Amino acid sequence: MDLNKKFTPETWPDHPERATLEAKNKFVGFWLFLGGETILFATLFATYLALKNKGPSGFEFTTQGLFELPLVFVMTLLLLTSSLTSVYAMYHLRNYDFKKMQLWLVITAFLGLGFLALEMYEFVHYVKLGFTYDNSAFSSAFYTLVGTHGFHVAVGLVWITLLIYRNSKRGLNLYNATKFYTFSLYWHFIDVVWVFIFTVVYLMGVIG
Amino acid sequence: MSSVAQKRGFGATLWDWLTTVDHKKIGILYLLGGGFFFIVGGIEAMIIRLQLLTPNNDLVSAGIFNQMITMHGTTMIFLAAMPILIGFMNAIMPLQIGARDVAFPFLNSLGFWMFMFGGIFLNLSWFFGQVPDAGWTSYASLALVSEGHGVDFYAIGLQIAGGGTLMGGINFLVTIINMRAPGMTYMRMPLFTWTTFVASAMILFAFPPLTVGLFLLTFERMFGGNFFDHTMGGNTIIWEHIFWIFGHPEVYILILPAFGIFSEIFSIFSRKRLFGYSAMVFATVLIGFLGFMVWAHHMFTVGLGPTANAIFSVATMAIAIPTGVKIFNWLLTMWGGSIKITTPMLWALGFIPTFVMGGVTGVMLGTAPLDYQLHDTYFVVAHFHYVIVGGTVFGILAGLHLYWPKMFGTLLNEMLGKVTFWFFFIGFHLTFLIQHWLGFWGMPRRVFTYMDGQGWNSSNLISTVGALFMAIGITVLVYNIIVTSVKNVRVANDPWGDGRTLEWAIESPPLYYNFAQTPLVRGLDTVYIEKMEGNASGLTPAEPVQDIHMPNGSFIPFMMSLGLFIAGFGAMYRAEESWGLPVLIFGLLWTFIAMAMRSLKDDLGYYVKKDEILRDMKRKGGQK
Amino acid sequence: MMKGLKKWRLFSLLAALTVFLAGCGQEELSTLLPAGQVGKDQFKLLMLSSGIMLFVIVAVMVIYLIAIVRFRRSKLGEDHIPEQVEGSHTLELVWTVIPVLLVLLLAVPTVYYTYKFSNVTAMDVVDEEGNAENLVVDVTAKLYWWEFEYPNLGIVTAQELVVPTDEKVYFNLIAADVKHSFWIPAIGGKLDTNVENVNKFYLTFDKESKDLKDGVFYGKCAELCGPSHALMDFKVKTLPRAEFDKWVTAMKATGEETTDVAAAGQGEELFQQSCIGCHATSAVGESGAVGPNLASFGDRNRIAGFMDHDQESLVEWLSDTQEHKPGNLMPSFGEQLSDEELNAIAEYLMSLSVEK
Repeated sequence: MDLNKKFTPETWPDHPERATLEAKNKFVGFWLFLGGETILFATLFATYLALKNKGPSGFEFTTQGLFELPLVFVMTLLLLTSSLTSVYAMYHLRNYDFKKMQLWLVITAFLGLGFLALEMYEFVHYVKLGFTYDNSAFSSAFYTLVGTHGFHVAVGLVWITLLIYRNSKRGLNLYNATKFYTFSLYWHFIDVVWVFIFTVVYLMGVIG
Repeated sequence: MSSVAQKRGFGATLWDWLTTVDHKKIGILYLLGGGFFFIVGGIEAMIIRLQLLTPNNDLVSAGIFNQMITMHGTTMIFLAAMPILIGFMNAIMPLQIGARDVAFPFLNSLGFWMFMFGGIFLNLSWFFGQVPDAGWTSYASLALVSEGHGVDFYAIGLQIAGGGTLMGGINFLVTIINMRAPGMTYMRMPLFTWTTFVASAMILFAFPPLTVGLFLLTFERMFGGNFFDHTMGGNTIIWEHIFWIFGHPEVYILILPAFGIFSEIFSIFSRKRLFGYSAMVFATVLIGFLGFMVWAHHMFTVGLGPTANAIFSVATMAIAIPTGVKIFNWLLTMWGGSIKITTPMLWALGFIPTFVMGGVTGVMLGTAPLDYQLHDTYFVVAHFHYVIVGGTVFGILAGLHLYWPKMFGTLLNEMLGKVTFWFFFIGFHLTFLIQHWLGFWGMPRRVFTYMDGQGWNSSNLISTVGALFMAIGITVLVYNIIVTSVKNVRVANDPWGDGRTLEWAIESPPLYYNFAQTPLVRGLDTVYIEKMEGNASGLTPAEPVQDIHMPNGSFIPFMMSLGLFIAGFGAMYRAEESWGLPVLIFGLLWTFIAMAMRSLKDDLGYYVKKDEILRDMKRKGGQK
Repeated sequence: MMKGLKKWRLFSLLAALTVFLAGCGQEELSTLLPAGQVGKDQFKLLMLSSGIMLFVIVAVMVIYLIAIVRFRRSKLGEDHIPEQVEGSHTLELVWTVIPVLLVLLLAVPTVYYTYKFSNVTAMDVVDEEGNAENLVVDVTAKLYWWEFEYPNLGIVTAQELVVPTDEKVYFNLIAADVKHSFWIPAIGGKLDTNVENVNKFYLTFDKESKDLKDGVFYGKCAELCGPSHALMDFKVKTLPRAEFDKWVTAMKATGEETTDVAAAGQGEELFQQSCIGCHATSAVGESGAVGPNLASFGDRNRIAGFMDHDQESLVEWLSDTQEHKPGNLMPSFGEQLSDEELNAIAEYLMSLSVEK
């Protein structure tokens, strides 16, 4: 593949993310990977639901007492918005508009960073309350489920930062188009998982 | 980059193997790695059987015996059977679909090195004297109280190796979805490719639960987590569910590729198209699907209640139906054929009665109320050895003899191959048939000894003698491999003479780009069709001779796996040694930097020039 | 299932199978010689499933053998090219439908017995005076021994389960440390003793144990629980109801004996100093002791579950418990106590009996 091949918006293929065999492989492979990730999170959800509110005798933490919806709501907003901005980025990828794509990806990354910062604040807050990782089965399961999601967000941020940095000078080509595209897939996936966490852990925890 | 055998230094050869991304070489690496662990697991099995030779034997202590059974099971399943099968998938499947490599050659290499480093990590436990001893199932309550780092070696080692397997699964799926040659529709794929496809899909969905399970175990043992400790609100049954949600599909991951190999063998050596091909494909998919629905039949005695037990019982019995369809289709493939009994065929013929017996005892165990009696007895030991040895190991040994010429360019000695078979086959039934009765007679499994006077003595003696026979069989096989490798008589494209699928129409071993021209596939058993129509080469090209794009080798997979290996030790000693945490961070950083290098440095591969391909074609006189 | 005529038709098949399963093992621990209703039902299922399975094996083997005899290339000639048959819908249908029927044949009794064996509704039934109608035993599995508490009778024993014959005995099962599994092969199937929840089931004991080789049925731990998993045996003594009641009375009486230290022998005195912290010699009380209750030690069949029941073995056991049962929680007394003292304790323990 020729990295230096110059495209115009007219010659740029409709589906740049799967225009070559390598790209098609990455595209399908990444979807399958997300299928595996779904099972991984499903297992973590099941574990969490089984251990929710469980602790040693005299354990006092409950989902009702612990979680505060306003903070989580802001986090949800941030992440959902970042999903939307990554869609804009993909729109510009399709249209061969590298600058705008980069811009929207940077915005996506900052929104993700904001989410992560709030999550860290949330965890620190809980730990200060005495709800530490080794405190109970509930705390372990909670931090493992939500923390694994947070870890995925962090990985995504490092990934997109490297991608933006690496390609900042050379523009779009059929080699990196797939990379940007798979990132956005990943980002949507993280978002969907968060919607489930928001519902199952927080909403059902506080209300249900 | 020419395939001409050049005299190269040891260093260059080693570097080539450490950095290779060629699916055929990685297949060989898997075979070597898996073969090594197969021998290790076999030695552990022999120690188990020798300990049980007589009542009250004290060859090994109770503690060491538990380490032996744990490591035997773990090694054989994760480090021997699966890698060897993945080796065959690597070596053969791309050839069967007319591809030049797998979809992700780099990931392929990474998968191998992660398996290898994970396996080494696990087995280093022997040198630390702290060996996993909670059984290969590592049930939580026992695994939590197991002293020393034994279970940590298990959790971390399998985590690393399991990651590699998951990558392999995704890789094969994408390869089959995207890289089939023109004309190779799904319903023209050879059955081994189909079983690879279904087994890979099962890997994709079964390994994440294992990842989570091992992660929870690791964090509970090493980082203060509480998932299973009931005094902290945890629940040990969660582990059992997670383990078997992985563990049951795992046994189908082990058996399906073996089914694929046997399907090829019955067809080749009966000189006949596979009977009921579409039924076979459907049965394979159905088995893969049902494989996820029956995990709780390993837990009938846990106390899940009658409704759960009844449902899982009936679901389990249902699996017998597609499996039966397969057996009868194999029989009907032979029926009316022209059967030639070569070593691979001999293994396949040995497989049918053995596997049928293992299958029917499986249905008996699936009968929940009867399982209350048979669960965790020697009957279970007999059952799963009948299916895993009688199915998977027979399949591996059959595949080894069948594909040896394709992988190494020389035939294994047929005479010695048959000697191996008879020793192993007779030894196998001697070892395990009697164990069904030991189970009936009340002998629990995983016992390091048994008292005199319970009526088990002579049966255990017979069982141990049988194991010795199997050991002799394997020794003959190793001798066979050495002797034939030294003689190294080269063979042609299709040494068996009746090859029906694409891999038999190219050189043995194939050139590094497999196909000079991508073939056109005109039906199931395309090579057979071509030959019957008078095309002696068996191939019709689908493209003119042109430059071929190939991937570059890379040392990064090795480095990434090494980083995880180092981090594993750090995680294990984090709590008690001051160097633990720095080593953990160092290892993870190492892996991350290697990964970032891969990501930042463009790797676009290279082109094999048309001239070189034409030169190869002329010299080999092969494909036209 | 299997009623009337059908039963007789099956009978000949079962008889043939019984011959096939020639070795039936030993009465005290073989699942093939069941001595309780649950075990007998399970044996019936075993015979039924074996019958179906043998039928399958025979069918496969007949086709298999004919095929490899008739269609050998050596007979047909090197150049013979067989007809390339695609398959047959009729045949596919045949070998789908027949197995489906066979599976259904097995599935019906399977579901029936699954529910039957798990029916413990009678467990908590009490009569007009509030006494439990059925015998309930609380089993606690520990590393590596078994505690049996009779909550309605107020007594507790260990290692040797004593039960009346010909009535349903209900069990509450739990483990105190790691998971074990409670199994009396000759009586009926096993059930795990989990650490976090109580499992319940019932068994019936149809046969008195006194005529058996050792006078007891053998019980086993069936779940890997550590180094001495293999040695975690227990014994089951089955008595007619009247004798069982007598045994209960005698067990209750052990609680009334008060120890007069001055009058006690050397063995008892040493026991009071070294052992009483973990081991009770009174059967009256509740479960939860550190070590097995020894009130009826002299009546038992084995020491530590597996060693010969004599004074010599007992001294051996006391002096080095780890050597004999690695990983168990009882300290060794070989260095603390002299041979003479150990012998005295052993003698005392052997004298603890409710049956003599």
